[in-house]
Amino acid sequence: MSRFSRRQMLLAGASAAALPSLRVDPLLAQSGGTQSGGTLRIAMTAADVPLPNGQTDQGAEGMRFVGYNVFDALINWDLSSADKASGLIPGLATSWKVDAADPTRWTFTLREGVKFHDGSAFDAAAVVWNYDKILKQDSPQFDPRQAGQGRTRIPSVKFYRALDAKTVEFISTTPNALFPYDISWILMSSPAQWEKVGRDWTKFLNAPSGTGPWKVDRYVPRERLEMLPNAEYWDARRRPKLARVVLIPMPETSARTAALLAGQVDWAETPAPDAIPQLKSRGFQIVTNVYPHNWTWHFSRVEGSPWNDIRIRKAANLALDREAMVTLLGGLMVPGKGMVPPGSPWFGKPGFEVKCDLAAATKLMTEAGYSKARPVSVKAIISPGGSGQMQPLPMNEFIQQSLAEIGIKVDFEVMEWNALVASWRAGAKHDSSRGAHSTNSSYFSQDPFTCLIRHLESNLVAPRGTNWGYYVDPVLDALFEKIRSSFDPAEQLAAIQKTHERFVDEALFLFVTHDVNPRALSPRVKGFVQAQNWYQDITPVTMG
Amino acid sequence: MLVYLIRRLLYVVPIALAVSVVCFSLVHIAPGDPLVSILPPDASQALVEQMKKSYGFDRPIPVQFAIWLGKIAQGDLGTSIATSRPVLQEITKAVGNTLMLAFAATLIGFTLGCFFGFVAGYFRDTLVDRIAVTVSILGVSVPHYWLGMVLVICFSVLLPWRPPTGAGPGSSAAWVWDWEHVKYLILPAVTMSVIPMGIVTRTVRALVGDILSQEFVDALRAKGLTDWGVFQHVVKNAAPTALAVMGLQLGYLLGGSILIETVFSWPGTGFLLNAAIFQRDLPLLQGTILVLAMFFVVLNLLVDTVQTAIDPRIRRG
Repeated sequence: MSRFSRRQMLLAGASAAALPSLRVDPLLAQSGGTQSGGTLRIAMTAADVPLPNGQTDQGAEGMRFVGYNVFDALINWDLSSADKASGLIPGLATSWKVDAADPTRWTFTLREGVKFHDGSAFDAAAVVWNYDKILKQDSPQFDPRQAGQGRTRIPSVKFYRALDAKTVEFISTTPNALFPYDISWILMSSPAQWEKVGRDWTKFLNAPSGTGPWKVDRYVPRERLEMLPNAEYWDARRRPKLARVVLIPMPETSARTAALLAGQVDWAETPAPDAIPQLKSRGFQIVTNVYPHNWTWHFSRVEGSPWNDIRIRKAANLALDREAMVTLLGGLMVPGKGMVPPGSPWFGKPGFEVKCDLAAATKLMTEAGYSKARPVSVKAIISPGGSGQMQPLPMNEFIQQSLAEIGIKVDFEVMEWNALVASWRAGAKHDSSRGAHSTNSSYFSQDPFTCLIRHLESNLVAPRGTNWGYYVDPVLDALFEKIRSSFDPAEQLAAIQKTHERFVDEALFLFVTHDVNPRALSPRVKGFVQAQNWYQDITPVTMG
Repeated sequence: MLVYLIRRLLYVVPIALAVSVVCFSLVHIAPGDPLVSILPPDASQALVEQMKKSYGFDRPIPVQFAIWLGKIAQGDLGTSIATSRPVLQEITKAVGNTLMLAFAATLIGFTLGCFFGFVAGYFRDTLVDRIAVTVSILGVSVPHYWLGMVLVICFSVLLPWRPPTGAGPGSSAAWVWDWEHVKYLILPAVTMSVIPMGIVTRTVRALVGDILSQEFVDALRAKGLTDWGVFQHVVKNAAPTALAVMGLQLGYLLGGSILIETVFSWPGTGFLLNAAIFQRDLPLLQGTILVLAMFFVVLNLLVDTVQTAIDPRIRRG
């Protein structure tokens, strides 16, 4: 039987498989835009574009890239330095003060001449309008989504009103020196723009208006958000140098890394750790910095929990070789010695040093009546992944092996991340916590409340708050009260330090690590300063 | 035929109801909080309960199901919790993108599958055949999300020829059929095409072998037909079955692929499902699953109807 030539067939196949073109894509090769100042394209870890409505969603990433870029709060974060912990600075309010006679009364003086992106003026009425959108359910602008995001942040706001066009008065439920931290969460959207789009928050998303350094040019749900500089931004030092910023949601780590390597984006949040050596070798910048992030085991203190014994808590803290864990994570962590890193002004001078000392750990366990041969059993909730969780499986297995060495047998209760968060809210006694003795949720710890108070204040057990372990300590409660009632900054700092010292001295958590928030940048990205904060400022960035 | 058609259409009603019960139940059985996307993680349980009440999640599950079903009957799939956009609008946009990807993958898979199948069938038990069979086995066996990553590494990272992610230089909303956009389609479509390519290859190879062994082929050769003439007859005889197999594969591809669309950030139904799962966006999740499931129900109905029209024995059975 005569047949077609094999060579002919294979050549035809090869031609068909070659696909239309093998030339280098000019768009990919050039990277960036053509406008002066250049375009910065950022691959976010979020699954969707954070909503540009004001009180955005998608957690800290939403606030980082959309919240604090398109909008401002009355009080902003200082994101200008990589070398010191960032503090609060005047935002849309130039100053604020508490009434010495009545420490629940706060007066905020607003910045003059500020305009929203739509050209309308920012004034005291706009502040009241924005608080109503979150707190006043019968107001026309009330938005359940923004209320869900914002209400948790301002539990002590009892009353607010405009005293005149440039002055707003707030009344807090109790004297609360942390009130400015609460206020820094609430971002101002434009009442005039909301009216213009037909009093509809969904339509507002397509034409958002804030007072921030960036204006939204284009919003494509689930695909991208493009921002242009606000050339009239009220803070001349923070007027953007770039011509455009494009935010792209890319939840898949390998997709973000590939997009960066291929030149499709210039900035990738949390690149794949395995790819970091390759990224470095190809000239990409890996920027890291310590920031207020806590990766701990939060102990249950309900009756019967082995962690009620301080000897076991201290032994566990002494059993971890955190330096070995640094190697495990490719250097992308800072060993945990408390709720904040030792360089933080809040750290204080605890008497108990969190370090690896197996002999001391074993001695403590022996005193408690346990050994490697006769271990105490604990059950730990962990997740296979999740926001801010770093690499929870290998890290927790490392802990499991380390604790086994001193006589603590750990059984894991592995939960999907959202299920873990739900059980954390519900508390250790709730069925959803399945009788576990600890939970492993990474913590945002940017202010004294989120860093310290919310975890252990006795009146914040579920359902009122997130004291998951039902911890009750009158000494700590008094210290928390002292923090809240100290309006003098030095006095407040001293109270925070004393509180932190007690956290460490009592070994109230298993302190493991702080994340360093790695991000990979193209060699063309210049001028970025990674602040010690969950939020970052991209206004100084340029494209080389 | 008309009675049969009406009877099959009536069958769709209980099937659709069962599908809706299953997809609603599965979504609600899964652990987690449906309000996770609109509440910060440290929202108090009290606020969670308050928000659940305002969204109606505090009601008994059967009541929630009845309300959901009532809305569906009116063509309303609800509103996404995370974005407040109508679920129908979200799905319509995603289905359009998945259709585009599925048709492109089908085109590639069918073309390559037929090519390898005919080559293998024609050169049976030779090295060429073995290569083609190996390719088809690899196509069916290789995890496609892994292949997607490998293609990205090869053709986007090491050789920057194709963009690794996205649906166009702007967004899928601004899609036009030009090279600047089509190049974004190539890698995901190639990845998605490997399974249908493998299946079509195997089918066509078997068909060609079978056809070539039949007596009419010898008769054609005896009549003096050239190789090309014989080949045309083989193609004509193999085409209906190959097309039927490809049609079924197209049906599977239209359901989207969570893994491929996530790897390539392609904004189709798979990408949407992934986002809905991670955001615990129950209305969006329920709506997307329901639409995809109903798509298969309708597809089966169409296949049954066409088969019945072709083969009356099915109707009688």
